[in-house]
Amino acid sequence: MSMGYKAGDFGCIVVGAGHAGVEAALASARMGVKTLLLTISLDTIAFMPCNPSIGGPAKGHVVREIDALGGEMAKNIDKTLIQIRMLNTGKGPAVHALRAQADKFAYQNEMKSTLEKEPNITLKQAMVEKLIVENDVVKGIITRSGAEYYSETVVLTTGTYLRGRIIIGDLIYESGPNNQQPSINLSHNLKEIGLNLVRFKTGTPPRIHRESVDFSKMEIQPGDEVPRAFSFDTKEYRLDQIPCWLTYTNFHTHMIINSNLHRAPMFSGAIEGTGPRYCPSIEDKVVRFNDKPRHQIFLEPEGEFTEEMYVQGLSTSLPEDVQIEMLRTIPGMEKAEMMRPGYAIEYDVVVPTQLWPTLETKKIKNLFTAGQLNGTSGYEEAAGQGLMAGINAACRALGKDPVILDRSQAYIGVLIDDLVTKGTNEPYRLLTSRAEYRLLLRNDNADLRLREIGYKIGLIDENRYQAFLLKKNQIESEIERLKAYKVKPTSEVQEMLKSAGSSELNNGTDLATLLRRPEVTYDMIESLFPGLSEIDSAVKEQVEIEIKYAGYIEKQLLQVEKMKKVESKKIPEWVDYKTIHGLSLEAREKLSKIQPLNIGQASRISGVSPADISILLIYIEQGNKNMELNQHGKTE
Amino acid sequence: MEFDTIAAISTALGEGGIAIIRVSGEDALEIVDNIFKGSKKLSTVDSHTINYGKLFDEHGNVVDEVLVSVMRSPKTYTKEDVVEINCHGGLIAAKRVLELVLDNGARLAEPGEFTKRAFLNGRIDLSQAEAIIDIIRSKTDRAMNIALKQVEGQLSKQIIKMRRELLEVLAHIEVTIDYPEHDVETVTHNLLLEKSNSVKKEIERLIEVANQGKVLREGISTVIVGRPNVGKSSLLNALVHENKAIVTEIPGTTRDVIEEYINIKGIPLKLVDTAGIRETEDLVEKIGVERSKKALEEADLVLYVLNYNDTLHEDDLQLMEILKDTNVIVIINKTDLSNQLDIEIIKELLSKSPIIYTSMKEEIGLEELETAISQLFFAGNIKQDDFTYVSNSRHIQLLKQSRQSVADAINSIEEYIPIDMIAIDIKNTWDALGMIICDSVSEDLVDQIFTQFCVGK
Repeated sequence: MSMGYKAGDFGCIVVGAGHAGVEAALASARMGVKTLLLTISLDTIAFMPCNPSIGGPAKGHVVREIDALGGEMAKNIDKTLIQIRMLNTGKGPAVHALRAQADKFAYQNEMKSTLEKEPNITLKQAMVEKLIVENDVVKGIITRSGAEYYSETVVLTTGTYLRGRIIIGDLIYESGPNNQQPSINLSHNLKEIGLNLVRFKTGTPPRIHRESVDFSKMEIQPGDEVPRAFSFDTKEYRLDQIPCWLTYTNFHTHMIINSNLHRAPMFSGAIEGTGPRYCPSIEDKVVRFNDKPRHQIFLEPEGEFTEEMYVQGLSTSLPEDVQIEMLRTIPGMEKAEMMRPGYAIEYDVVVPTQLWPTLETKKIKNLFTAGQLNGTSGYEEAAGQGLMAGINAACRALGKDPVILDRSQAYIGVLIDDLVTKGTNEPYRLLTSRAEYRLLLRNDNADLRLREIGYKIGLIDENRYQAFLLKKNQIESEIERLKAYKVKPTSEVQEMLKSAGSSELNNGTDLATLLRRPEVTYDMIESLFPGLSEIDSAVKEQVEIEIKYAGYIEKQLLQVEKMKKVESKKIPEWVDYKTIHGLSLEAREKLSKIQPLNIGQASRISGVSPADISILLIYIEQGNKNMELNQHGKTE
Repeated sequence: MEFDTIAAISTALGEGGIAIIRVSGEDALEIVDNIFKGSKKLSTVDSHTINYGKLFDEHGNVVDEVLVSVMRSPKTYTKEDVVEINCHGGLIAAKRVLELVLDNGARLAEPGEFTKRAFLNGRIDLSQAEAIIDIIRSKTDRAMNIALKQVEGQLSKQIIKMRRELLEVLAHIEVTIDYPEHDVETVTHNLLLEKSNSVKKEIERLIEVANQGKVLREGISTVIVGRPNVGKSSLLNALVHENKAIVTEIPGTTRDVIEEYINIKGIPLKLVDTAGIRETEDLVEKIGVERSKKALEEADLVLYVLNYNDTLHEDDLQLMEILKDTNVIVIINKTDLSNQLDIEIIKELLSKSPIIYTSMKEEIGLEELETAISQLFFAGNIKQDDFTYVSNSRHIQLLKQSRQSVADAINSIEEYIPIDMIAIDIKNTWDALGMIICDSVSEDLVDQIFTQFCVGK
């Protein structure tokens, strides 16, 4: 490290400008905090080292939530996408999910430009090597070149750079993603200040040249024809979309893999990190599911103005020559020209149970961590955490109350609660099945769930907020109208029902009841009984969903109400689990480690039984009373 | 008022006469009003009044004639609204009434929960807090022991099997939701309907089995032991004959254990492995030493029969060693014959146990035996507390809950509701079944998805 010099004072320093870092910096800056954003390379801002796509089930939901709260990811992908689709349209509204193919280079440039235009952000290229910590409070950071920046808060979003190590067959070298410089010293420093780190692993497939592919042997995968966007505020849509392509591995591919397993680091022991089950390498898939005759391979363009294509489904750390051989067994890729090999990467992760639900570390005050550093995988999971860490760091710097989303409010809430309460043994991916209130956490209603919060903290401006209020009012009044509007079994109504394949009416009813029938749609009802004013299609969608699935929604709301009751019982700071007589040993250890904020969170820790919770409640009540008595004693 | 409404039988089990079912919480009045008919609605009567009326079940049949005390918050034990139902006729009626209350929306109280609420609502002073913690801890430990016993049993086998089937279906649904573009076959409506119907049928069967023996099943588990030809089967026959036994067969177990239930002075006894006694006259011989030891350890009451006309054998000394810490009544039979037995040794080895002299042949001593059993019970020597019973009522309640969820799922499948919503009901079924065997970790689902399917980019 060079001679130190004092380089500046900030309210918030964000280390790393990946998907978590950019959201953190933008949130903090937009909330009015002077923010420094540092990155190892200014050329890899919001870089997508793996597949060139954003969204999908649960992940797409997170992007919508980020937008509702005032983050950037949705807007940025809307501006740079080359294809967009709604997935799961054959299923219920809760699991409809957007997914876009990005022009990954445009995505980076667009995000960089947004950061550069943000007046409260200072954007610099620097390698951070050390945190300045005094009495377990972070005060700033020191860079490799000796710059000392001081700050009230620091947000670390180091992705897969911490002690990064790339593995391709027997070729192993220290590196960040895509041959970027790894961050070595910072990892040692984090251990020194008392953070517990573990090793995770992930991987990426090879990229091939478009000109070397025979698409006639593949199935085309076009985007949707209806205009779609992630952001609630996007008004311009891209219509000329670029397709992806589908093909399959076969017996020959699998044979090559099987005969080269001795050269696969996954099986030879060269990889020590824990990999994700949901993002397995092709060698992993072939070994674990050896009865499957073929695996899907999607070819995705890396951008509009590049010939590089991403081979989804073929993530691998096999040696380069095996990768080429394997690629050329796949229909349409017989002459594939590999431009970059696939690789596995190992990196250091902060054990996330060391964090408060605000993403601040318990050990070092004012230090926040977010993204892949916390053991997650995926751009969206990273961005969601980055946004919350940025918001909470800003709240700290501004002396405001923290913002914690609960499991019934957002997938982001589910994600963070899972991380800090349960921890994770492998890179964590969001799944819709992780959300117990899935029906409430829909793609379509993210604004209704979260925009109010975004407005309150200052990330949603007045114009966007007014537009949201208008939508909300329209939904409410339209639902009221349908509930109040009585219909008689007139010939028109019977005709409509008959043509929809629904049974005819015997008695009068109201429009809402009619809409609840599975065969009846809002459009049918609207055509016969139009409302007073023209309403937006997003409003119609809400009205239809809320009326049609009212029974199910009601059931989940009841569960949420129960959950909120226990969630509202706070655990005071004076609670010392080690002194609570009657707690089971396991509960005592786990509770001391996690330090849950409330009874709800405590009850989600594995190994904490209902009896332990009862005992904890009594202990808290007892302590409260004791304190009251003491206070009484003092005043008298 | 931030607690749900709970209920439990608050009098000791088995006592004749009156039993009291206590209901506490916001909805206490409303719930009891649903099943009670008196001169006034309970929600309209004054606080701290006793009201006469009748309880009706869902078919409108009278269940019992009762006195209901209504005590409104805050001047009650828990500081919540409390309703106490005083019903007739001991255990059977009390359980029926409790079940009605639970069916109408109350939740079965956990160990020590009324007291816990009283404390949390500020009713009980600080010095008592530790005592409450002890109650919760010890009762829970015991409940867990019982739960563990049941884990080895038939019920849990059935439940684990059903849950595994449900989990596979769930994982299948979830994988098509979270990986819509993977070439995983979609779950067809027919398959879903078939699986759900089969689970529903199985749950219904379990509820029926539970209902058949529901009172008796929870009697005091009693084992008759002794060497061959001491008169065990005569004793059994005499007890059964006199008390009109109800025999239930438990099908499907590895051996067809027959349990017989008898009622002695209002106390339900469950006679274990009576078939074994009838066939071979010897439990030890039939099921082996290890298992009979286990049976003895699990028994709430042991009836140990000896021959007045025979000397003590080595077997007897061993048996007494095993029995010395259990609730045992020593029965010295064949007093019509001459004395060969060294009774002093028995008195020494089983110093805490009552000794009854009988002659089954002459029908002497049976009355004394029944008195001894009832005294043992009322003196509180038998460890059988409300727990065997609580866990079983709990099971029935959870089974009913899972039946409701799976019925909801079937309903939705038939209406062609989207599959992700059907998954909610199936998940609820899986959760409720899991609570019976104290296992509901949703991480299982994620594990199942990745074990069952090959997905991921």
